[in-house]
Amino acid sequence: MRILQKIGLIIFIIGITIFTISPFIGSYKVTDDILKTNLSEQQYANLSKKLNEKLVGQKFSFAWQISSVFVNEYELKNEAFKNNQEWDKVMYDNPQEVALSLTKSSATGFYATNILLFFLLSFGFGVLGAIMYFLPDVILLGPPGIKNNHIYRRPSTNRGLIAYLVFAYLIGFYILLYFYPAQLTNQILLVDPLSLLLNGNPASRWFLYGVLYCTVMLTMGVRMYIKYRNNKYQIVRTTSVLFFQVAFAFLIPELLIRFNMPSMDFKNAWPLNYSFFFDWNIDNLLNSGAIGAFMLFWGIVLTLIIVPVFSYFYGKRWYCSWVCGCGGLAETLGDPYRQHSNKTLKAWKFERWIVHGVLVFAVVMTGAALYTFFTNQNTLLGIETYSIQKAYGFLIGSIFAGVIGTGFYPIFGNRVWCRFGCPLAAYIGIIQRFKSRFRITTNGGQCISCGNCSTYCEQGIDVRWYAQRGENIVRASCVGCGVCSAVCPRGVLKLENGPEQDRIIENPIIIGNDGIKLNL
Amino acid sequence: MENIVIIGNGISGITAARHIRKKSNLNITVISSETKYFFSRTALMYIYMGHMKFEHTQPYEPWFWEKNRINLIQDYVETIDFKNKSLSLKNGQPVKYDKLILAVGSKPNKFGWPGQDLKGVQGLYSYQDLLELEENTKNGIKRAVIVGGGLIGIELAEMLLSRNYPVTFLVREKSFWGNILPKEDSELIMRHMAEHHVDLKTETELKEIIPNNNGRVKSIITNNREEIECELVGLTAGVSPNIDFLKNSELDLDKGILVNEFLETNQKDVYAIGDCAQFKQHPKKDRKPIEQVWYTGRMMGETVANTVCGKKLAYNPGHWFNSAKFFDIEYQTYGWVFNKALENEEHFFWQDKTGKIAIRLAYDKDSRLFHGINTYGIRMRHHAFDKWLTEKRTVEYVLEHLKDANFDPEFYTNYESLILNEFNLKNNTYVKPKSKSWKRILSFNS
Repeated sequence: MRILQKIGLIIFIIGITIFTISPFIGSYKVTDDILKTNLSEQQYANLSKKLNEKLVGQKFSFAWQISSVFVNEYELKNEAFKNNQEWDKVMYDNPQEVALSLTKSSATGFYATNILLFFLLSFGFGVLGAIMYFLPDVILLGPPGIKNNHIYRRPSTNRGLIAYLVFAYLIGFYILLYFYPAQLTNQILLVDPLSLLLNGNPASRWFLYGVLYCTVMLTMGVRMYIKYRNNKYQIVRTTSVLFFQVAFAFLIPELLIRFNMPSMDFKNAWPLNYSFFFDWNIDNLLNSGAIGAFMLFWGIVLTLIIVPVFSYFYGKRWYCSWVCGCGGLAETLGDPYRQHSNKTLKAWKFERWIVHGVLVFAVVMTGAALYTFFTNQNTLLGIETYSIQKAYGFLIGSIFAGVIGTGFYPIFGNRVWCRFGCPLAAYIGIIQRFKSRFRITTNGGQCISCGNCSTYCEQGIDVRWYAQRGENIVRASCVGCGVCSAVCPRGVLKLENGPEQDRIIENPIIIGNDGIKLNL
Repeated sequence: MENIVIIGNGISGITAARHIRKKSNLNITVISSETKYFFSRTALMYIYMGHMKFEHTQPYEPWFWEKNRINLIQDYVETIDFKNKSLSLKNGQPVKYDKLILAVGSKPNKFGWPGQDLKGVQGLYSYQDLLELEENTKNGIKRAVIVGGGLIGIELAEMLLSRNYPVTFLVREKSFWGNILPKEDSELIMRHMAEHHVDLKTETELKEIIPNNNGRVKSIITNNREEIECELVGLTAGVSPNIDFLKNSELDLDKGILVNEFLETNQKDVYAIGDCAQFKQHPKKDRKPIEQVWYTGRMMGETVANTVCGKKLAYNPGHWFNSAKFFDIEYQTYGWVFNKALENEEHFFWQDKTGKIAIRLAYDKDSRLFHGINTYGIRMRHHAFDKWLTEKRTVEYVLEHLKDANFDPEFYTNYESLILNEFNLKNNTYVKPKSKSWKRILSFNS
């Protein structure tokens, strides 16, 4: 069994190594035709001369050699236009995105002609190895139960060297994905066949991200099913997040593209889906006939009716740990790191400021965007509304949600984004705290203050603080993952939906001591 | 301002300190030689198993003590001068008190076994014991022998097995925890222990511990003259009050520090609470004079805080309750269920087909009055049973409303119907389970 695990680990490492080094095993050849098909007319007119000089006809070993030349020329040209005040000639595209389409089309040689082989060697080996690593645990972990042995004795889950390597890897990946996609040309090429199959187009970087996301969640989902096989709540919840990721976040939006409809993740509610009310999105939906109108209607209903009503009945958990994609990744890939959330009072204070700050930011940005949509005015109080959107997209959408949100898993826990940054979580949190039937009930006097609940709370809630006082836990940030209840050795905690009466007990009495009748 | 000094920073002492602070402005000093900050003793096992680090077992952040003006001293109290109300410490200056609370806890029992003080022989109670266990197992061991079949013993077995050290477990009784658990309950746990590869030897006692040339344990010999080679011996045959430093003082002692119902000792302004306290006569006649349980320590701490703050209060614990976890099987108990049915008492035991989930109810044969419940692998609401015991409900009433008491996580299999079917078959009754009612559940709290 242990040998099988070791072989699995080796296969996994081979898979991830091939995926990682794939940028170094390709070759690229740019032709004038490639320039013509991938550049807009304006870009071609402006840049073809220089690009022909520097790129066409030569063979390159790395995608960045092409993308850096392209981006450089693009920016030089734009600067020249700006200096000459030729504003009508300035190009407003994302040069990184164009560079990516250029490098993808230029890929040639063994790698580019054997994509399927490399797909199997990277994705295939990665998944196969990981599954081989997890499956023996059915026997190795012993009878079903809580399996947290050695979490704080292993460098991978106790902020050791391996954890820091994963930390650096994830951050590096997100930076390339968001800001230098051309560097991921060969990885994106891997999923081209799948993309053509699903939506009929070559893969974009977001398609690669979607495939990776689903693959990682499903694979780590296998680990969840094994680890928590004693706990039906965890099994059902894991199945739910996997379903919503694969069907709603990935398959449906891709198929919509295939049928020439606007792509939409129907479960992604504003303000997490922060661009929903941007004028280009509303215009796009309004110009897409009945389906577009329905999508617009659905998006509004989702945020204004479905989210609050469901949160009233079931608490925040129905979204954050049952449906949401960010939550889904946190509950699968992030599960081994859940213990690293900061439990101090300081962190809680910080959390309340920053998460509600992001919510305010999202509301202001959306308000400004709607102002632009309805009035066609691009400035509000002297501020360009697009610049607010751009700042939000960069700071919150990319850096906070992606680079920090996932990259920080191995060191700061799996819910950094959900706890400190997600504006939708802030919105639902307010509902959960003040108007909801959800609570975690504390079981009388049974708490022994051991600390398992607080340690394994991914949201950094000091669950024990409440449990040992006999007080129910009603907190805005609780995503209802149910792990506090699972790890409790004395059966003290139960997530449940019930009447609002007595949900919050201000001055609890710990029962069992008949001498004490009032807690004064 | 009066100086309140508490010796011991376990659950009893710290609960007393917290409640004194809630109720008063008195000066509070807590002295402990074990650790600077309060930690949960019951969680020591999880540190060894790697579920938590030591700091996770501390329920309060370090700033808590300063903010609540609870002065912490890490030192060892050597003697107490009751006349001059002064404590002498091993390292620091003497400490004066106006009122003194002794919450000094327990130490593992040693029954005079030959070799009991050898290297590699230890109990598991204090933080120092945990450090010693780490030291004793740092190079790995081939086998450990645990002596004494109770809660600490099975926890120690789980700890050692988490690191794949084989464990032989010697139990004096016919079955595990046999002085508390009825036969079938105990068998359920023993089956589970076997599943976890514990080598359990019942009706077996330790006779002697044999050293090697370095003064470390090499093997043990049982009363059946069997020699078992091992590198660690865990002595977990219960604990007794940690009062050696008080012997030969004016304090009235027996096995523990003798107290009355107000937790007062024979010395003026000196109280004793928790594991170390022994009631001359327990205020409740169904209780033993020494209660070494987390929950009772907490209750005594809360009670003595009232008295110290001028509102004299007798210790008056409510219905008995307790809980534990045996490897993967959780155990809860409410009311009294003894290892054998009392006179005129009947037990009803049900277990599912896996033999890992079970409940046992004890009740009066004639009046049907419900006495208590043991549960294994099913969680139950404390409030429900507390209320039903107070209201003197019948066993039929309890079973009828069992769904109200269920505290398992959502989506778990419910066993009420199976339990009632079997009960009805055995007793020729027709009790039907009522569906869960939030109205009744909320009424438990009032």
